[in-house]
Amino acid sequence: MALLVDKHRPRSLDQLTYHKDLSERLRSLAQSGDFPHLLVYGPSGAGKKTRIVATLKELYGPGVEKIKIDSRVFQTTSNRKLEFNIVASVYHLEITPSDVGNYDRVVVQDLLKEVAQTQQVDQSAKQKFKIVVINEADHLTRDAQAALRRTMEKYSPNLRLILLANSTANIIAPIRSRTLLVRVPAPTEAEICTVLAKSGKKEGFPVARELEMRIARESGRNLRRALLMYEAVHAQNEKVTNTTPIPPPDWEALLSVIAAEICAEHSPARILQVRAKLYDLLTHCIPPTTILKVLTFKLIPMVDDKLKAEIIRWSAFYEHRVRMGTKVIFHLEAFVAKFMRVVEEFEMDEGF
Amino acid sequence: MAGFFDLKARKDAAATNGSSSKAAPVKETNRLQPWVEKYRPKNLSDVTAQDHTITVLQRTLQSSNLPHMLFYGPPGTGKTSTILALAKELYGPELIKTRVLELNASDERGISIVREKVKDFARMQLSQPTAAYRKLYPCPPYKIIILDEADSMTQDAQSALRRTMETYSKITRFCLICNYVTRIIDPLASRCSKFRFKSLDQGNAVKRVEEIAQKEGVKMEDGAVDTLIRCSEGDLRKAITFLQSAARLVGAVGIQDKDEDSMDIDDDSNGKIVTVKSIEDIAGVIPEETIEKLFKAMQPKSKGLVYEAVSNTVTDMVADGWSATQVVTQLYQSVLYNDLIPDVQKNKITLVFSEVDKRLVDGSDEHLTILDLSLRISNILAGA
Ligand SMILES: Nc1ncnc2c1ncn2[C@@H]1O[C@H](COP(=O)(O)OP(=O)(O)OP(=O)(O)O)[C@@H](O)[C@H]1O
Ligand SMILES: [Mg+2]
Repeated sequence: MALLVDKHRPRSLDQLTYHKDLSERLRSLAQSGDFPHLLVYGPSGAGKKTRIVATLKELYGPGVEKIKIDSRVFQTTSNRKLEFNIVASVYHLEITPSDVGNYDRVVVQDLLKEVAQTQQVDQSAKQKFKIVVINEADHLTRDAQAALRRTMEKYSPNLRLILLANSTANIIAPIRSRTLLVRVPAPTEAEICTVLAKSGKKEGFPVARELEMRIARESGRNLRRALLMYEAVHAQNEKVTNTTPIPPPDWEALLSVIAAEICAEHSPARILQVRAKLYDLLTHCIPPTTILKVLTFKLIPMVDDKLKAEIIRWSAFYEHRVRMGTKVIFHLEAFVAKFMRVVEEFEMDEGF
Repeated sequence: MAGFFDLKARKDAAATNGSSSKAAPVKETNRLQPWVEKYRPKNLSDVTAQDHTITVLQRTLQSSNLPHMLFYGPPGTGKTSTILALAKELYGPELIKTRVLELNASDERGISIVREKVKDFARMQLSQPTAAYRKLYPCPPYKIIILDEADSMTQDAQSALRRTMETYSKITRFCLICNYVTRIIDPLASRCSKFRFKSLDQGNAVKRVEEIAQKEGVKMEDGAVDTLIRCSEGDLRKAITFLQSAARLVGAVGIQDKDEDSMDIDDDSNGKIVTVKSIEDIAGVIPEETIEKLFKAMQPKSKGLVYEAVSNTVTDMVADGWSATQVVTQLYQSVLYNDLIPDVQKNKITLVFSEVDKRLVDGSDEHLTILDLSLRISNILAGA
């Protein structure tokens, strides 16, 4: 059974319900024939991919929807074999080079040249060039990005790139210089409500405007998350009304527990206890940044107003440490310890 | 990769697409190129704003004796264009194929591979041009090896290059190109004549952009060109891409084979002109109001209120997808040029910016970083 997220995904630019002006902009670029390389960025769940798939359709017509997944093997200079999956139609391909970690350069290098050197064989194709969509472009290594530079220029008659990223910060300047930057903002809460209502109607769910609004708010303007929550609520309850509670995902519930524990007692024993839970989250592949951020924003309402800025400060500090260091758990734990210390000192000063 | 490279599958798909696409007329290829490529300088005199470099190169063109060269400068300032134009002027369209080797970051450039490639290339017989051809182009008796994007070569590969350069110095000239001259090891850099490519300044960039706009028939509102140049920060490639997209966006350029029934993007009464606003949009400039709103939120009030206000504004900005670097740049401008903030506070604020910039480069979470930045500035404004 397909998830709502996929089932009701808009397939053309016309069907996209929000950011109409952006849709028009993409349409005018697609129709002009001299389509530039794009760097599409925005928060996750903002609908970047959907928008790009719709743009591809505008460029090439329905043939672009006939996709196939191929597995390719690449060889590194040290003769290591890399397996790599490619999603392709006759007109475009889609790759996620971060799948092969530090070997992404080999893939980018070989694959793009290969694509660029084969002409569009479909003589009646609407565009002379083919498109390569690169997912998670902000995770490309510097080397892989450097490898794109001349390729993007030299082969531009045959090849256009669409890079998808959550942010432009990790994209090197020469690549930013070679692409048109397209920002996709997250939909507003109202826009999310519209999408939920539409999906609900198609599924025959009972109308519950207030529930939809609550979901929109809790989703943090993340449409994918909102749709998943909406579906979960309906799957878990016989009868859904405006007051039906929205169950948080397990890992988030666990973080609420951790936050409460940290606030309740400031002691080494407590840190030890919390560590086990943090480990648990890490082994379930919850990204460390997510853990730290969600925990922080759960702690904030529990502390005195005067401390809020300081807690954020340490959270940002340790998040940076997590990035730069190698032992994630050290830094998460250090944040917990720091938090306890800050609160403790404050309470002493205030004479509790 | 059956699908993509398989002819049959492609033809099939072509058939499903057939009815709609057959109607499309064959278009001239030039129109289909992105403007950056279409307007890549064809010869040295087309290169704008690098007068000193171009003068020197033109002189060497006459004397036909070229040193090893090192071009460096920020993206989109004409480095690659210049060497390609120079090569073309030296050898002409025929000879260039056998006399010039380009290796860039998309080529394997490990130590042994570079050595091999250079060796093979250098040893290839010099093909002799006809006398008639010689009249048109100087055709000096050496080959050129372009190592573009050389800052991505490892130190070891660079060291190994020293020997190679010496071994073949009679019959080859090297041209190294990079963004950061400090990434090229000293022994290598010292063997080359260095040419710095400057960030394009206002005047020259404006001229080039106006020229292109005119050739493409794009009408620009007063001040639009200046905005364009300002937003592209001395990068002419960026400026040209912005121009093209802005033109497409407002339909300010004649799209000949546009369908009758397709949506009209712009009101005709607006005259299809590229506006300052449309350029700022494309360039990802954050509207003044948004920055203003953040700045207001940071103003001293009771602690709880500040946190509330700042955190809400930042959350919205992050969800709107504004890039953190852009937020930092614009916030910096608006704080530092604000006369109402005393210098002592500005000093402290600068330190925060320095730290935040570093963190962003290291890939820290943008939301937390911007929130931290704003709260700390707010704290300083409150006199802490
Ligand atoms: N000085 C210039 N004069 C004319 N056009 C320029 C100049 N600099 C850049 N351009 C335009 O920008 C495009 C890119 O320039 P070029 O490839 O030479 O940049 P680069 O300096 O090699 O940049 P990078 O460091 O990113 O490789 C050119 O195709 C041209 O359209
Ligand atoms: Mg270049």
